[in-house]
Amino acid sequence: MAQFSLPQNSKIDKAASKTFKAPAGSKNVKTFKIYRYDPETGANPRVDNYEVDMDSCGPMVLDALIKIKNETDATLTFRRSCREGICGSCAMNIDGTNTLACIKSCDEIKGDVSIYPLPHMPVVKDLVPDLTHFYAQLASIEPWLKTDSAAPTRERLQSEADRAKLDGLYECILCACCSTSCPSYWWNSDRYLGPAILLQAYRWLVDSRDEATGERLDALEDPFKLYRCHTIMNCSKTCPKGLNPAKAIAEVKKMVVERKI
Amino acid sequence: MSSKTPADPRPLSPFMLGQYYRFQWTSLLSFAHRITGIGLTAGALLVVGWLTAMAGGPKIYAMVGPHITAWYGQILLFCWTWALMYHLGNGVRHLFWDVGMGFDLKTAERSGYAVVLVSLVLTVAAWAVARLA
Repeated sequence: MAQFSLPQNSKIDKAASKTFKAPAGSKNVKTFKIYRYDPETGANPRVDNYEVDMDSCGPMVLDALIKIKNETDATLTFRRSCREGICGSCAMNIDGTNTLACIKSCDEIKGDVSIYPLPHMPVVKDLVPDLTHFYAQLASIEPWLKTDSAAPTRERLQSEADRAKLDGLYECILCACCSTSCPSYWWNSDRYLGPAILLQAYRWLVDSRDEATGERLDALEDPFKLYRCHTIMNCSKTCPKGLNPAKAIAEVKKMVVERKI
Repeated sequence: MSSKTPADPRPLSPFMLGQYYRFQWTSLLSFAHRITGIGLTAGALLVVGWLTAMAGGPKIYAMVGPHITAWYGQILLFCWTWALMYHLGNGVRHLFWDVGMGFDLKTAERSGYAVVLVSLVLTVAAWAVARLA
């Protein structure tokens, strides 16, 4: 059921907000308003304000987060790894849309920078959401090559045209930006697979080497798993890799219909 | 969902549209489609009421008719006309999507502008025709 407000334990406690001032003499100060939740106290989440001297900070939002953690508040918790947009760890809600902190430039954001965890997810700590359910949904579509034919003595070959069908799909890094930008996913993620997982499903459906297309479509033909997509297109709009999950979902819907006619 | 200690439930991260997640042009139109759909359903019930009143004869119709010609009735009717035209136009946009066309972000945004423009033109045209007739 659509939910329009946060549960009582998730409401942001405005009174608990802390402010960390920039060092005296800083000329180019930007304020980062960052969501904080500490599971050890169990207190309601709050938003802390960190003033950062941008003259001594790298260009990306992740640079600012690392600077805050190193120099201001070591308790600030977030995921990061590659810092170049390929691992998907630092996916978060920055300035009202989901993206990767490592490839989002601070200069692009006018005024204060608001940073929240990926939307409508259980929060482990600060900017770290619990992705267990998301990964379980990925496992449910069996994202690997399935074949019945005898294993060949060498690689299973693909024509260039067949290989080209995987472009725009294989680049997905499963950062979950798209799924957690989707209102349908917010409200039905218990049963709706969401854009990231459906794009992965399509990646295996169009793979010329995969022999389980029929079974895969059977598994997806469900009012909730697939058809909660209403083409809102927040997914394609927010994808930090420039992919188009909405289009992939439409192709899956077409495949479901086309095999019946 | 996956918390190992259910006695200590994790908070839900903020998500609400507008406040925490920015409205996008495409999401705004999607919500407008849903809301106009609900509005049209309510409007359809009122149309049934209007027809029933007409079938009930002049006395019963006299209780309904003045509300339609009153200023508030006219404003509501105008809104419903737009809702119908928007829902129709956006429905056509959905038909293109159903065959896999128009998913490029720029195209999807432009087709949205087109639908809004067409819905406004059709609404004004419908009222102009009704007024002149």
